[in-house]
Amino acid sequence: MVFKRFVEIGRVAFVAFGPYEGKLVAIVDVIDQNRALVDGPCTGVKRQAMPFKCLQLTDYVIKVPHSARQKYVRRAWEKAEVSKKWEESSWAKKIEARKKRAKMSDFDRFKVMKAKKMRNKIIKHEMKKLQKAEQKKA
Amino acid sequence: MAEGDKKKVARKHCSRNPVLVRGIGRYSRSVMSARRAMYKRKTKAPVTKVEKKIREKKIKEKKNSNTVTKTVGGDKNGGIRAVKRRKMPRYYPTEDVRRKLRSHGIKPFSQHRRKLRQSITPGTVLILLTGRHRGKRVVFLKQLDSGLLLVTGPLALNRVPLRRAHQKFCIATNTKLDISGIKFPSTLVDSYFKKKKMRKPKHQEGEIFDTEKEKYQLTEQRKADQKAVDSLLLPLIKKVPELKGYLRSTFSLSNGVYPHKLVF
Repeated sequence: MVFKRFVEIGRVAFVAFGPYEGKLVAIVDVIDQNRALVDGPCTGVKRQAMPFKCLQLTDYVIKVPHSARQKYVRRAWEKAEVSKKWEESSWAKKIEARKKRAKMSDFDRFKVMKAKKMRNKIIKHEMKKLQKAEQKKA
Repeated sequence: MAEGDKKKVARKHCSRNPVLVRGIGRYSRSVMSARRAMYKRKTKAPVTKVEKKIREKKIKEKKNSNTVTKTVGGDKNGGIRAVKRRKMPRYYPTEDVRRKLRSHGIKPFSQHRRKLRQSITPGTVLILLTGRHRGKRVVFLKQLDSGLLLVTGPLALNRVPLRRAHQKFCIATNTKLDISGIKFPSTLVDSYFKKKKMRKPKHQEGEIFDTEKEKYQLTEQRKADQKAVDSLLLPLIKKVPELKGYLRSTFSLSNGVYPHKLVF
């Protein structure tokens, strides 16, 4: 399959830019070629039209009939535990990591550098040990 | 009745100068003077206090004339000389001296208002950007009267002594130490840190460019002050994990590091 994620009713999407940047929404209906009716009751996004351009599709789909009321979207969302699954996904974790990195102070950066250095040292040390062991065998 | 009248002010006469048109009288100044018999009225106005003072001063000045007689040595010099007390000016400028217009609120540097960035508080770690210690991370102690920042390495960590730094050429980081308990020696003032000007060399041939005191000499006073301050700071630094190493390291930019995107 070339494309794996499709725009469909109930597809959970990630808002990439705009006032609701970083939030998850469910596609409830398609308005026309460029816009979808979107609702995010559990993530604080009011029901509204949103252009597809600012939506990035996720792997999650909730079972919801088209143009369903917010109450039912919420119900379906909670039933599918979308928020929990999202938090555990690597996509969300990467976003979190990026945010942390941007907030790092100069001192934090120094500490990270020291930690990385130590880690690499340990790894290299173990590698060298293994290589030596192999050499000895040969 | 009659004596009383004489003492009293004479009844006022109406104007002896009839008006032709508003603002223009019939008679001229000299004619009016005759008509009013000013030749008969010669009274002295009372001397005011100010005038009295001026008169007395003039008399006093005449008494103290401009010259003083001074004795002069030497055989055939005539013994005395009359020396002027206030001499004539020896120079008259060809053009008028230009005077500046009155200025408002222009103060000398010593009275300027000193500002300090909000991000810089006592105990903040600063990154020096200029000078021989550029890139070094340093602890900010306090702002001196001239507006410069008093800063120390501490010396044992990065060889930055008690020194002044300019606010504009430092980056303030978020890392702060709690310096509130520390009392600094009172000798740390601007004049203590000011560069010493070398004495003018006496005109000797061959030694025109060779001046004394060119190099900075360490004094015992400086060593003692440094020790005093550092001994108070180092235990605080040791308490924070990795801060010692942080102060020992220097700041630099590398690929992909953009200062405007960094949070300090």
